[in-house]
Amino acid sequence: MGLLEIQGLTVQFNTRTGVVHAVDDVSLSLSSREILGVAGESGCGKTTTMLSIPHLLPKNATIMQGKILFEGNNLLDKTESEMEKIRWREISMIFQGSMNAFNPVHSIVAQIREPILHHQPGMNNSEIAERTQQLLEMVGISNTRARNYPHEFSGGMRQRAMIAMALACNPKLVIADEPVTALDVMIQAQILNLIKELSIKFGLSMILISHDLSVIAETCKRVAIMYAGRVVEQGTVEAVFNQPAHPYSRGLLSSFPDIFGRREFVMGIPGYPPDLIHPPQGCCFYERCPERLVQCAQNQPPMTTRAAGHSVVCHLYKEDQA
Amino acid sequence: MNNPLVEVADLKVYFPMRGGLVQSQRRMIRAVDGISFRIHAGEILAMVGESGCGKTTIGKTILRLIPPTNGVLTFQGEDITRLQGMKLRTLRKRMQLIYQDPYESLDPRQSVFEILEEPLRIHTPSLPHSEIEGRVYSALESTGLHPVREIAGRYPHHLSGGQRQRVAIAAAMILEPEFIVTDEPVSMLDVSIRADILRLMLELRQKKQLTYLFITHDLSLAWMIADRILVLYLGKIMEVGAAHSVIHAAKHPYTQALVSVIPLPRPKPERLQIVLEGETPSPLDIPAGCRFYPRCWLWKQLGQPQKCLDMEPELCDGGDGHLVACHFPGHLALGIIGGF
Repeated sequence: MGLLEIQGLTVQFNTRTGVVHAVDDVSLSLSSREILGVAGESGCGKTTTMLSIPHLLPKNATIMQGKILFEGNNLLDKTESEMEKIRWREISMIFQGSMNAFNPVHSIVAQIREPILHHQPGMNNSEIAERTQQLLEMVGISNTRARNYPHEFSGGMRQRAMIAMALACNPKLVIADEPVTALDVMIQAQILNLIKELSIKFGLSMILISHDLSVIAETCKRVAIMYAGRVVEQGTVEAVFNQPAHPYSRGLLSSFPDIFGRREFVMGIPGYPPDLIHPPQGCCFYERCPERLVQCAQNQPPMTTRAAGHSVVCHLYKEDQA
Repeated sequence: MNNPLVEVADLKVYFPMRGGLVQSQRRMIRAVDGISFRIHAGEILAMVGESGCGKTTIGKTILRLIPPTNGVLTFQGEDITRLQGMKLRTLRKRMQLIYQDPYESLDPRQSVFEILEEPLRIHTPSLPHSEIEGRVYSALESTGLHPVREIAGRYPHHLSGGQRQRVAIAAAMILEPEFIVTDEPVSMLDVSIRADILRLMLELRQKKQLTYLFITHDLSLAWMIADRILVLYLGKIMEVGAAHSVIHAAKHPYTQALVSVIPLPRPKPERLQIVLEGETPSPLDIPAGCRFYPRCWLWKQLGQPQKCLDMEPELCDGGDGHLVACHFPGHLALGIIGGF
């Protein structure tokens, strides 16, 4: 049994223009001390899936079906007050460290202190001060900057503070949503190294969401690729990157220039993702797929296993090929 | 290919810092601090660097959107540094800017047709309506926006990110410029959409003999698309040369570090990463000597030579038009290339 099991999660949004089928029958699992990467482009449902775990979905979202088992307990059965005890303490999130992730009128140290005050009411002031200092040191923020406000921090520093806050209560699971997007490459390398270092040091289990496959390649052991609200392929990073099975995974991988590959123009994927108010009847990638078959337009593809732990949802494969 | 379309000589752009009690003591932000380079007709020059290195400022200064503090800008042999009035207007027709964010660069109250027709009305007021219509539709056509008549009637919020960027490109192309500055034209777009936009830009270069200054923070993208790459740090050029040699035979320790941390779409890339500590210092407080030395790994490795503190290195030719500004330039056996 993994630490986290998402089974058949389906989430819809009610909008003025109609019902958006944002996440459709998504199943994922995460073992203890593992970093799982979830990759996909805007609107593929990766963030919606992850926000479902700590009950942070916006009000117009409805979870239609599925289970989210965390250490065997279905989080979707929990009440808001039960979830309050789980957030930060058991499950915490690292958001894209933009200005909006912090409260602009409180100092950085005050915001890192907040989850500790809330979840560990037994701690006295000097213990709390010691803990926050330890956290800041851990992420490389000097003590002289602790009382600064979010706007006085650079993007990289804010991201470090975000990580300190997420680890404040020693959670079992950390969900990082685009933790290095919009940072300069050098800062990105610093933050990724910090995440790797801390995850080993504290034995963290982590889900890392990113649109950038190279970030996932550098950090994760396993990866799930999402497209139009569904997981289309998952497996170890080696398997998915070296033998991508789904045409979308192949297209996405070939969209990144690789300075150690041939200097040729990246392929990209012509076309745009489908409108999820009117999701396609068959395969969600049909419109853009260079390898589509007749049945792809009509029937949703089955999931087939390519190798141990490497599965793909595509009509190109039959179960017996595994 | 060898005649420069754009020539920048000793360009400086300083901004006064806001605030401060005594006017005379106002400190200057040295965003661009004395740079010279040429952009040849028909080439794509990529200008790369981290945020705050001055790349956007340089782009806008060449377009005469920001006044230069010092230096001379030449466009097709003509000094454009101080152009005013009608002459500046004519110049504006010939050089255009494509912005990063297609969500903000288009006026939400204008339809696609109005967005494209506006530059024509301003610059060629005598053009009859039928001619304007024709030019708008053909601009949409050449940027792959079909069906043109339907797209022309839409508003930006009806379009996807990729379509918006196409409209922005169409708007930049409609006056048939010779020179285009693109500031991170694809960084807001999904990865699978980027290739189409880049391909479109390359296609238009072929068809219309365009010259691009391609501003980006993404070195691998620069390597793929550009003829030459220029690396900036704190408002100064560190290195410039053919794209392939800047990436695979970098001579400046800053470029070498940047290349070593390029994220790779490969599982477990085994390579030596040079992760620089700290962040780029503020352009208010540029270090004396070589501005990169406080973060330079090579300086530390060489036992902190005094020369780097005392003297700012000049941009020197290391052969093949590959220029580098470092007292100790050279190849680095990073071992990264051998790994594959």
